[in-house]
Amino acid sequence: MSHALTPSQTIGPFFWGTIVNAYHADLAPPGVAGERIDVVLQLHDVQGAVVPDGVFEVWQANSHGRYNHPDDRRNLPLDAGFEGYGRASTFTDGTSRFTTVKPGRVPWPAGGLQAPHINVSIFARGVLNRLATRLYFDGDPALSDDPVLKLVEPARRDTLIAKRDDKGTWRLPIHLGGPKETVFFDV
Amino acid sequence: MKEETYRRPTAGDHPPNLSPDYKSTTGRAPAKPAIALPHSLSEITGPLLADERLDAHENDLTKQRMAEPLGERIIVQGRVLDQDGKPVPGALVEIWQCNAAGRYHHPGDQHDAPLDPNFYGGGRVRADAEGQYKFITIKPGAYPWKNHHNAWRPAHIHFSLFGPAFATRLITQMYFPNDPLLAYDPIYKSVPAGARERLQASFEMDLTQPEWALGYRFDIVLRGRNATPME
Ligand SMILES: [Fe+2]
Repeated sequence: MSHALTPSQTIGPFFWGTIVNAYHADLAPPGVAGERIDVVLQLHDVQGAVVPDGVFEVWQANSHGRYNHPDDRRNLPLDAGFEGYGRASTFTDGTSRFTTVKPGRVPWPAGGLQAPHINVSIFARGVLNRLATRLYFDGDPALSDDPVLKLVEPARRDTLIAKRDDKGTWRLPIHLGGPKETVFFDV
Repeated sequence: MKEETYRRPTAGDHPPNLSPDYKSTTGRAPAKPAIALPHSLSEITGPLLADERLDAHENDLTKQRMAEPLGERIIVQGRVLDQDGKPVPGALVEIWQCNAAGRYHHPGDQHDAPLDPNFYGGGRVRADAEGQYKFITIKPGAYPWKNHHNAWRPAHIHFSLFGPAFATRLITQMYFPNDPLLAYDPIYKSVPAGARERLQASFEMDLTQPEWALGYRFDIVLRGRNATPME
């Protein structure tokens, strides 16, 4: 018997203090293995203005490339205290900052490995469906043969690749539309 | 390697990103189509929040403050299922809502209606092994918004669910049956007819408790797994 899907609706403007306070933007308590990184996402609307009332969620593998989930059955280490999930609302400048570790590579169903990436969900007033994208790391040697980036026309791949600023923070602007529109994925 | 994948929504299940009657979508809807991703471990895994500790009364929004909030006490319960009707055991269900007067406990809500010091409006619960969840709350009020002249949101409760995977993440809103404002609400009506009705809870005398509270049922259906694993 087939049940009909529950349709999506916007998160609206008034989630603050109710759902966001429960979760941390710091994914990696002390002792978690891997290269510690700071990631700043910044949300922009179609005109390029920052979105101060959005929510970012991140989901990632640990530094060994293992997802903390029963469907990842590979024999790779899990890190105590590292779930791989974070959630944060955007500040008045449209940014959310996450502290985490750089994820390892995970396999691709047709064979080979994907480049290190963080899966990102975006919610906001005026956004009726969860938007999904990915964050990759500039300069990573695995980018050139990542199977997902190959699905994206070359001129738009940069919208998925975070750049390191002079303090070492990985920064990725997310544009909901306009000339710099981010590549979103139907997951 | 064989991995299970999740079924894609069909056209008509979800609202289009651009729904011009809901004005905020015009500045925030992507213009280019999303690129379909084959499902890898990144999409079929997701946060289970299994270690997230829920405090007592997180599912009872009438018991989170010093005294009972004003308004009509209600029970909202249902099941979290997948498209095959199988329960999603242990699913974390989060809700948030305005108070009985139509005001959110939120600094951005400037509606001229009273705050209720005894109502915070946020709740969480973990579904049981059968996917059953239950909240006790008060019926939220309608509230005005600036979308168009004399715009009012129908009474609604916001719901957030993760399901078993990144692919199954869902945020939605539950509405009440027979609300005359539904016919005027561009957010509700952004969902195609035939699907939007799924967002209405049903009044259930069986869930109603005598001398205490009306009961509403709201079942939530998340994406199911594909029958055949991909090669
Ligand atoms: Fe609302």
